[in-house]
Amino acid sequence: MMSKLELKEDRMLEVQFVGDDDVLNHILDREAGAKLKKERTQLLVNTKKIIKKPEYDLEEDDQEVLKDQNYVEVLGRDIQESLKNGSAADGGNKVYSFQNRKHSEKMAKLASELAKTPRKNVSLSLKNDPEIINIPQCSKGHSASDNVQLKNNDKSEFLSTAPSGLKKRLIVPRSHSDSESEYSTSNSEDDDGVAQENEEDTNEVILNQKIPSQNRAVSAPVCKETPSKKMKRDKTSDLVEEYFEAHSSSKVLTSDRTLQKLKRAKLDQQTLRNLLSKVSPSFSAELKQLSQQYEQLFHKWMLQLRLGFNIVLYGLGSKRDLLERFRTTVLQDSIHVVINGFFPGISVKSILNSITEEVLNHMGTFRSVLDQLDWIVNKFKEDSSLELFLLIHNLDSQMLRGDKSQQIIGQLSSLRNIYLIASIDHLNAPLMWDHAKQSLYNWLWYETTTYSPYTEETSYENSLLVKQSGSLPLSSLIHVLRSLTPNARGIFRLLIKYQLDNLDNPSYIGLSFQDFYQQCREAFLVNSDLTLRAQLTEFRDHKLIRTKKGTDGVEYLLIPVDNGTLRDFLEREEEES
Amino acid sequence: MATSSVSKGCFVFKPNFKKRKISVPVEDYFNKGKNESEDSKLRFETYQLIWQQMKSETERLQEELNKNLFDSLIEFLRKSYSGFQKSSRDWGCQIKLREIPTAALILDMKHFLQKLVSQLMMDCCVDEETKEGSIQVAQKKTHCSMDSLSSWYTNVTRKTDPKMPRKKRTSSSQWQSPPVVLILKDMESFTTKVLQDFIIISSQHLHEFPLILIFGIATSPIIIHRLLPHAVSSLLCIELFQSLSCKEHLTTVLDKLLLTTQFPFKLSEKVLQILTNIFLYHDFSIQNFIKGLQLSLLEHFYSQPLSVLCCNLPEAKRRINFLSDNQCENIRRLPSFRRYVEKQASEKQVALLTNERFLKEEIQSLLENLHVYHSNYFLVLRCLHQFTSSLPKYPLGRQIRELYCTCLEKNIWDSEEYVSALQLLRMLAKDELMTILQKCFKIFKSTSEKQLGSTAKRIEEFLAQFQNLDEAKEEEDTSGSLSKGLQKTDLYHLQKSLLEMKELRRTNKKQTRFEVLREKVVNFIDSLVREYLLPPETQPLHEVVYFTAGHTLREHLNAAPRIALHTALNNPYYYLKNEALKSEEGCIPNVAPDICIAYKLHLECSRLINLVDWSEAFATVVTAAEKMDADSATSEERNEIIHARFIRAVSELELLGFIKPTKQKTDHVARLTWGGC
Repeated sequence: MMSKLELKEDRMLEVQFVGDDDVLNHILDREAGAKLKKERTQLLVNTKKIIKKPEYDLEEDDQEVLKDQNYVEVLGRDIQESLKNGSAADGGNKVYSFQNRKHSEKMAKLASELAKTPRKNVSLSLKNDPEIINIPQCSKGHSASDNVQLKNNDKSEFLSTAPSGLKKRLIVPRSHSDSESEYSTSNSEDDDGVAQENEEDTNEVILNQKIPSQNRAVSAPVCKETPSKKMKRDKTSDLVEEYFEAHSSSKVLTSDRTLQKLKRAKLDQQTLRNLLSKVSPSFSAELKQLSQQYEQLFHKWMLQLRLGFNIVLYGLGSKRDLLERFRTTVLQDSIHVVINGFFPGISVKSILNSITEEVLNHMGTFRSVLDQLDWIVNKFKEDSSLELFLLIHNLDSQMLRGDKSQQIIGQLSSLRNIYLIASIDHLNAPLMWDHAKQSLYNWLWYETTTYSPYTEETSYENSLLVKQSGSLPLSSLIHVLRSLTPNARGIFRLLIKYQLDNLDNPSYIGLSFQDFYQQCREAFLVNSDLTLRAQLTEFRDHKLIRTKKGTDGVEYLLIPVDNGTLRDFLEREEEES
Repeated sequence: MATSSVSKGCFVFKPNFKKRKISVPVEDYFNKGKNESEDSKLRFETYQLIWQQMKSETERLQEELNKNLFDSLIEFLRKSYSGFQKSSRDWGCQIKLREIPTAALILDMKHFLQKLVSQLMMDCCVDEETKEGSIQVAQKKTHCSMDSLSSWYTNVTRKTDPKMPRKKRTSSSQWQSPPVVLILKDMESFTTKVLQDFIIISSQHLHEFPLILIFGIATSPIIIHRLLPHAVSSLLCIELFQSLSCKEHLTTVLDKLLLTTQFPFKLSEKVLQILTNIFLYHDFSIQNFIKGLQLSLLEHFYSQPLSVLCCNLPEAKRRINFLSDNQCENIRRLPSFRRYVEKQASEKQVALLTNERFLKEEIQSLLENLHVYHSNYFLVLRCLHQFTSSLPKYPLGRQIRELYCTCLEKNIWDSEEYVSALQLLRMLAKDELMTILQKCFKIFKSTSEKQLGSTAKRIEEFLAQFQNLDEAKEEEDTSGSLSKGLQKTDLYHLQKSLLEMKELRRTNKKQTRFEVLREKVVNFIDSLVREYLLPPETQPLHEVVYFTAGHTLREHLNAAPRIALHTALNNPYYYLKNEALKSEEGCIPNVAPDICIAYKLHLECSRLINLVDWSEAFATVVTAAEKMDADSATSEERNEIIHARFIRAVSELELLGFIKPTKQKTDHVARLTWGGC
């Protein structure tokens, strides 16, 4: 920047016959005034200029607009100061930046990297290498120092060295290609470029494909550090493009493999727990230290709660145990309500009910939730000796995150003699609260990163890989069918087989009742359509089948269980018989 | 655990009655936190006292600031009410009657309206609650109509008229049939249809149901026309009231709470910056600003044992006598005090470090000095602000808070902005300078400080001199040297001649008398600044009254949960401080907690993630990590366990909101965050 500035000024000196006044002022300024680097102050030194330029008056209001830098200095988190807070100066960039297109092998690649060099830390992937980061930066002329460097060095030489650096970097991951090829085999929608990357192909091809994408990927995080405004604009437009690029195609570049192919598919909650109990937790000493650190805050929390603040805990890891310890150590002598936000059946109504019924011993009913709230508020306002602590685990849970619920809880918490201490976990939890709610809550934020597993919190939700109780997995299928008559089992097997036969038929909507009846008769399973109907009713009660009316008005029968489970079931049946 | 159940989510714990009686007083929590707590009780009491004072001061301020608005609003209500009465007699005004008097309030402060309501309830005899009650009654009947409302109204007025139960206070005969004032707190959030219908209907019934509307508007008055079509808004007779902008409000609050010696508690530059920045960038909420102030006050008294001396001067002097040995030690340990001691003569040093009584006496005088320093500081600060606040481009900021921050941070005269401000001051016109001087004179006159009393006198002298200047009408000889035309020359000659000219100027500085005087004034101000606007760090014992821990404030008020989450997942070493976890930026060791590994892997994916691939990648990493520990036989069970760990990590990520299940493709999850490269 400095060099540029000086360059400009030099050029101004070269101009010879400018208006004499201007030249005079200009030179006088440079000699008399202390050299002021900042633009605005430099302009100030000259009165004539001020008089000449009326826009200064217009700009007066702009003065109130505060400078970005100022903001960053004060509120941006710098590491050395707030040691307790998660800071990572550029951490925000990573979370907030746009998504860009990624190749499907990246994860496998990373995994193998992490695995192969276990103790030594591998740099994540290519883009973390400083050498590569520099390339787009320089060529775009982003930072000042590089600009200078560019001028000093022979330009062509610099550019010619760059690709060779890149080449080196690109060769490195190829050493892992053996393990990667295994993953890439089943990829469906892969484009050729990626496939080529894994196989040893000519360097040039890869380079040509790689450089532009790499540039883009790298330039985003790098640009963030440079302050210039123009740069920022560049960057954002870049990011926007990236975003749309990533979302433009509906193609999803992931492999087609499914969990069915893996033998261990879904575990149920109990086995999961049993298995996990065998894992010895790592870093227990450090974790204990962390939690001890937080426990020292208990008294401070109490003090702040009593003084009218409410406390919200955030950070990675379950805060349930911590709050539980808080409860048992300091809250034993006061009335308190513990609310498990993660409990699927929780609602504001139940919270209010437990306050009115159990805390205030009120047996009446209320017309609406708002009425109930009003009643509670009045009760607490009347009797100032009444005190109540509310502990809410997961204030941001599915059931409580609604606007109305938050409003009501906020109103409760704004009462002088109701003290609220809550925990939040979701990434976007603070978005629940607008200004009005925040002022109701009057939060003090405390970071309590515990790293403890969310055992209780996740046990209720229908997790992705945990067997869902709503659907019918294999074991329950077997269980139900065992209780049926052999004939009924035969009928069901017929339907399964038919459904599996029609696996590839995309327009398959089910087996029509008439056809089914015909097939069952032929297999000597039923003798009248009444018996079949009775049987089907029983299936339906067990949620084994579903009926659907087709476009022609005929009833179609379908088993709402995925085909893999059905096939497993058939195999099992055959083994047994 | 007592608080986990599959059948309910709320657990009430009531201690038995006897125990509950002994509720722990708040101040107990104040001292229990710290192991060795000095004078904690006294500190807590001081905190309570100062906070109460500050709170009542802000409340008083707010009331004062809103007084004008209140008055004009009430005047409006009165006027429109009398309008009702007149028109009910005069049938000619029947058409006009259709217009509902409306006040549109443009508000910057949120809690303002609540106050308004309470005030109105006292002034007008409209009882909001009874009105609500009637609406509830109407709702019960399930047909809520304007007729029932107006009949209720006549009932109520008839009932209250003879008895005058709660009207006593304003029972002037004027208020015979009081209007119903309806306050719509947040006009923007109403459904337009409801609002329109309501206005149309009530305008029809206006003769039997006198209604006055008050809209609270947070944005701009145009919103009324946007929400209501012309047909509806023509039914309203709108008058606009504008409340004070919140920035001005902030300025007054700062002025009265911080830029004064009334409250001993002070904020350091960092803290003040944080608070004002939260205000300006995040919420524009005075309430939050006050909350921040309260928190810093609390933190100060909680964490600084010597804050016991942070009270008014006579009380502090009294308390010094009761300081324990421990506290004396604390004082000796203060960096500012140590610096002070080092400057003293050696005998005095020894005395200060060993003799408690001598120390206490010294502290007394130091505290007194600090007090004097502050009272001078704010005077000079205000004075300087008078000078700089009108300069073009505001090199030192337009608001006094900006100037204050700079002064707190460093020696202001070292800053470039100050230099350029002085340069600008040297160019001020006479009348400008005089008005500023007059204002400064008023500032200094307002206090009776001994040291600065002479300052006021000097300013007065300056003023008088300027006046004399006027009368003298001194002839000004025009220096012809400048007007000497510049001929076209080449660059070298131009430069040369310019240099010569400059030299010339410097040597025969022929200044007018005004210029000389102006120079004097500027120098005088400069000397004042250099003498009195020293940053507080230079003062011994400044730690007693200045709260400096800005980071705690930021942590608790302006937290960044997303960043904390990201750091915890991305760099576990930051929290766990285990050497095994140490890594370069962007990498993660494979022994890291499961969720970190899963997170790191998922960052490599785009919108959708294949669970199988993910789980295999996870297994690869975890297996490698375990092999390091013990090369046990790879059994099926171990794989099962790893799978279970993966499931746990994935469901935790789902809970945290990084992924969600999707039906786009089998066994895939969708990423909910962007990027992560």
